[in-house]
Amino acid sequence: MMDEILEILEKNCRYSEEQIAVMTGKSVQEVHETIAKYEKDNVIAGYKALINWSKVGDENITALIEVKVTPQRGEGFDKVAERIYRFPEVNACYLMSGSFDLCVIIEGSSMKEVAYFVAEKLAPLESVQSTATHFVLKKYKDKGTVFDDKPKDDREAVFI
Amino acid sequence: MRIEDLVLPKVKELPPSGIRKYFDLINEMDDAISLGVGEPDYTTPWNICEAGIYSLEKGHTHYSSNAGFIRLREEIARYVQSKYHLSYDAATQVLVTVGGSEGIDLALRSLAGPGDEVIIPEPCFVAYQGCARIAGATPVSIRLRAEDQFKLTPELLERALTPRTKVVILPFPNNPTGAIMTKEELEPLVQILKDKPLIVLSDEIYAELTYEGRHVSIASFPEMKDKTVVINGFSKAFAMTGWRLGYACGHPDIIKAMVKIHQYAIMCAPTTAQYAAIEALRTGEAAVTEMRLEYNRRRRVLLDGFRKLGLDCFEPLGAFYVFPSIQSTGLSSEEFCEQLLIKEKVLVVPGTAFGECGEGFVRACYASSLEQISEALRRIKKFLHLPLGH
Repeated sequence: MMDEILEILEKNCRYSEEQIAVMTGKSVQEVHETIAKYEKDNVIAGYKALINWSKVGDENITALIEVKVTPQRGEGFDKVAERIYRFPEVNACYLMSGSFDLCVIIEGSSMKEVAYFVAEKLAPLESVQSTATHFVLKKYKDKGTVFDDKPKDDREAVFI
Repeated sequence: MRIEDLVLPKVKELPPSGIRKYFDLINEMDDAISLGVGEPDYTTPWNICEAGIYSLEKGHTHYSSNAGFIRLREEIARYVQSKYHLSYDAATQVLVTVGGSEGIDLALRSLAGPGDEVIIPEPCFVAYQGCARIAGATPVSIRLRAEDQFKLTPELLERALTPRTKVVILPFPNNPTGAIMTKEELEPLVQILKDKPLIVLSDEIYAELTYEGRHVSIASFPEMKDKTVVINGFSKAFAMTGWRLGYACGHPDIIKAMVKIHQYAIMCAPTTAQYAAIEALRTGEAAVTEMRLEYNRRRRVLLDGFRKLGLDCFEPLGAFYVFPSIQSTGLSSEEFCEQLLIKEKVLVVPGTAFGECGEGFVRACYASSLEQISEALRRIKKFLHLPLGH
């Protein structure tokens, strides 16, 4: 069973150790040690805010790129993937089953920048056979969060 | 002629809602926090909504049979068997109602009339009193006590029973106290009730919101099976309050009587909701578990918060309410709630709204986000440090 502490932090990593201790019925010390161990073991790989950039007028562009590659002898897809995911523009990189091999999600400040990355960095790689770039038009939901205005509590005053 | 004189006295005499005034006040406030509403803050899980929508798309917009779709009743029979070890025949022992509330009304109207007494352990949901009176029966209150953690004890039950007792209401997990009854605690009640000519109306609408152990229904005692009408529904467990769907299970003779009243007054429960409910029972378990986990965290936070503020509070193990004592403030329940709302814009409900013995307590509902609960606690803390006047 998944540790409840991880479940809570995944939903909201801003809860304090004291709050998590109350929520789970554990001691603060226990929560502190558990989280410290998760951090040390890289189970908790980081804490980040989920930002709806479009709300602050940010025009960043996200693209999903299907990449077909030639796996390398002895290293399979991993080495090729690493060559790709080390670029800071790459937000996510997944090995896929199906008609292409790597799914690369990148962010850039303009379509031109993304096109430049694909044409100059990604496509010329020796192991890359082909790419197909899809631009994201609108993000409705990301990491389990719906990017809409917060739902209002519309419960009416009913006595029950 | 005054039109008002045409309204039956027993209806005119029903008390109006004790907390209307607070709701009127809170409606005019901007950033108020309500821990006053007794319903889930979650919206219905999407797969359940989708099943309702799909039924509309397919044109399933007609009545069902009076007792509800047999498919739904079969699912209910299967569900209460697997959850609570209750075995009912879907065709003759299960009735689909408009919320648990209709089931309470139907049962009381079928079973209790003039001259009959209905035992109601208080504090409790207000409808029992009202429905008993409308049925013409006499409500008999049992004052549950904080020192018993608001559980029904055999002594209190025995004291309230008379030869005229027709129905005993068993409202656990309890609104407003959050108290539950374990199997061991039900056992001595069963010994008292099993040979008496009366029916237990067991309102188990909060059964799935039990945080320690599993809910035990009094109907799972073999000697109580035929003597119990179990009321349950979809509102609380599946966050489906607005769909208005509940069910009643019991002896075929009682269900038959309840179906009669139901067919004249209601026809059948809304069918869109019935389609959604089938989906809820088939695939809703994961969502219920997830909500229960989250409620449990909120429960701990709110309980811990009240205790840290110096307000005495027993640990509620069911429903989604905490019922702290506010006697240390020197205020009455009503004064506490009114002043807290006006000064700090937090709504909790006076214990007296659930029976006289709720004096000295308030009900706070934790079906709100943890952020809201934390903010409410911060404001209550501020409130308690203000000079308190009467």
